[in-house]
Amino acid sequence: MAGSTPASLTAERPAPAGVAAAVVPRKKARFSPGQEAWRRFRRHKLAMASSVILGLVVLAVLLGPLFWQVPINEIDFASKLDGPSWAHPLGTDDLGQDILARLLYGGRISLAVGFCAMMVAAVVGVLVGAIAGMSRGGVDATLMWLADLFLSLPQLPLLLLISYLFRDALTKILGTQGGIFIMIVVVIGGLRWMQVARLVRAQILSIREKEFIEAARALGASSFRQVVRHILPNALGPVIVAGTIDVAAAIIAESTLSFLGLGFPPDIPTWGRVLFDAKDTMDIAPHWALFSGGAIFIAVLTINFIGDGLRDAFDPRRVL
Amino acid sequence: MSRQYIIRRLLVAIPSLLGISVVLFCVLALAPGDPFSEIAANPAIPPEVAASLRAKFGLDDPVWLRYLHWLSAMAHGDWGFSFASRINVDTLILQRLPTTLIVIGAAQILAIVVALPVGVLAGTRPYSIFDQVANTLAFIGFSLPTFFTGLLLIMLFSIKLDWLPMVYNAELSSTGWPWLWEQIRQSIMPVMVLGLFQGASLVRYVRSAVLDVVRLDYVTTARSKGIGERRVITRHVVRTALIPVVTLVALQMPIVFSGAIVTEQIFRVPGIGSLLIAAMLANDTPVIMAVTFVFACLVVMFNLIADVLYGWLDPRISYR
Repeated sequence: MAGSTPASLTAERPAPAGVAAAVVPRKKARFSPGQEAWRRFRRHKLAMASSVILGLVVLAVLLGPLFWQVPINEIDFASKLDGPSWAHPLGTDDLGQDILARLLYGGRISLAVGFCAMMVAAVVGVLVGAIAGMSRGGVDATLMWLADLFLSLPQLPLLLLISYLFRDALTKILGTQGGIFIMIVVVIGGLRWMQVARLVRAQILSIREKEFIEAARALGASSFRQVVRHILPNALGPVIVAGTIDVAAAIIAESTLSFLGLGFPPDIPTWGRVLFDAKDTMDIAPHWALFSGGAIFIAVLTINFIGDGLRDAFDPRRVL
Repeated sequence: MSRQYIIRRLLVAIPSLLGISVVLFCVLALAPGDPFSEIAANPAIPPEVAASLRAKFGLDDPVWLRYLHWLSAMAHGDWGFSFASRINVDTLILQRLPTTLIVIGAAQILAIVVALPVGVLAGTRPYSIFDQVANTLAFIGFSLPTFFTGLLLIMLFSIKLDWLPMVYNAELSSTGWPWLWEQIRQSIMPVMVLGLFQGASLVRYVRSAVLDVVRLDYVTTARSKGIGERRVITRHVVRTALIPVVTLVALQMPIVFSGAIVTEQIFRVPGIGSLLIAAMLANDTPVIMAVTFVFACLVVMFNLIADVLYGWLDPRISYR
């Protein structure tokens, strides 16, 4: 691209194989690609702050219920819709249940859905992208046509449709919590692999023509080995960035589903579900909606910022 | 820009529409549950009658035959009958569709009006204070899920300040100017929620597109000819930078529709999004299928429009 910043000012440095291989080697000290990425990530102040905040949220969600041992479903009509107090730091809902306990418990599910859906999307995406990139020809064209087709599917209507059609059957087989969890993870992940697949394919198409792959091929490496050992590690950066953004998108998708009343049932208080329950009493108990919506917002915002920081860290063209 | 190009794009759209219809039909066909299970379980109906009813409606046919039946019925405009509303599905959708399109259209205009100037300003002054503030706000904008923004706006403008009506009223009693005024007042919040969410991601696209173009040689040439900076930006940079943005606006359409469903549900806007949710809660399968398909058609249509616009804006494309 004309006018883009040159990747490196001095070319004599032996390039370590890795995503951050071509970063500016102004200092004499050598960094491994991982260290280099970390060095660049640290410069993104918002991403660093976001990592800390997200880390705290994850810790709170994982360890919080050990310290805050109020049951999530203890009904107490005497203190219903109370604002924040010492007994209930985030107030109570319309049944007098403690909102803090519910958000801590539900956060586990919301975050787990986001993470697992991302893993599904990444695995499918890497597989499809790798197959398309290595096979070319008809298989490649078909797979990419499929990716384009999935990209033009209306995501939320389809998500709603599938969860509407399959929820009862899956609940019967796997139980309420497990069945709906698996369904939501698979469907959200299954509708988000296209970006990763395209990235991986594009990376493979460019990397497979490089000399080091030619060398590997000359040494008799099979296609599988070329992809797994040589190409994918070099294509990892953009995939990690896309995966991070996918976590945020999956959290939003799950909350949307729960918010529309078609996600998790009321006894599983994911953040979206709590917000759904809160929306009818916004005029008298705004804290209920604010805290649950705020939890979603903070999780999504910090993940997005971390994704942005990772993009800076993995983009060797960008000079920081 | 040739007529051939448009025709070619139109022909490419047909397989993707067919593909989408196959995906939708598969989802429906794979779904557990039988529309005739109630009849089969009803002891008052003899099994022979149930069997003949099944045969009449083609439930025992192979899947591909059922798909062809469904497809030809859809193509003939026979979209079925809504169980819940007691009218034909196509009439129902045609009643609701204009509202959705108006809200989405207004939101898109708002998004473009906000995002263009901000994105261009940020792109021409990268890493300035303005750019950083705009970037951070954009991140916050698209990390705030639409359902949460909607609730926040209701809390602020309807409950606290009491400026705007909380829900959309489809049957306004007034006529003439008061009617228009009421219509605008009740549309402000849904349009803002959708438009600002959309605008936030658009800002980043516009910014990076401008950033890519502004360093190109022809821009330097324009400057060195003595053209004023403002004119260079508006006449030379923005015109080129907008080409990829047009495609991105269209590719964002699925996300916009997701947002529209949520927004319509929060503000009770009588569009096809709220129709979809209502149909799901009422188990109204014909409406669900038709609305999902309409969303898919809209997505394909917008992709098509983007392609055609792209060819028109960028003459290099048509000659591929």
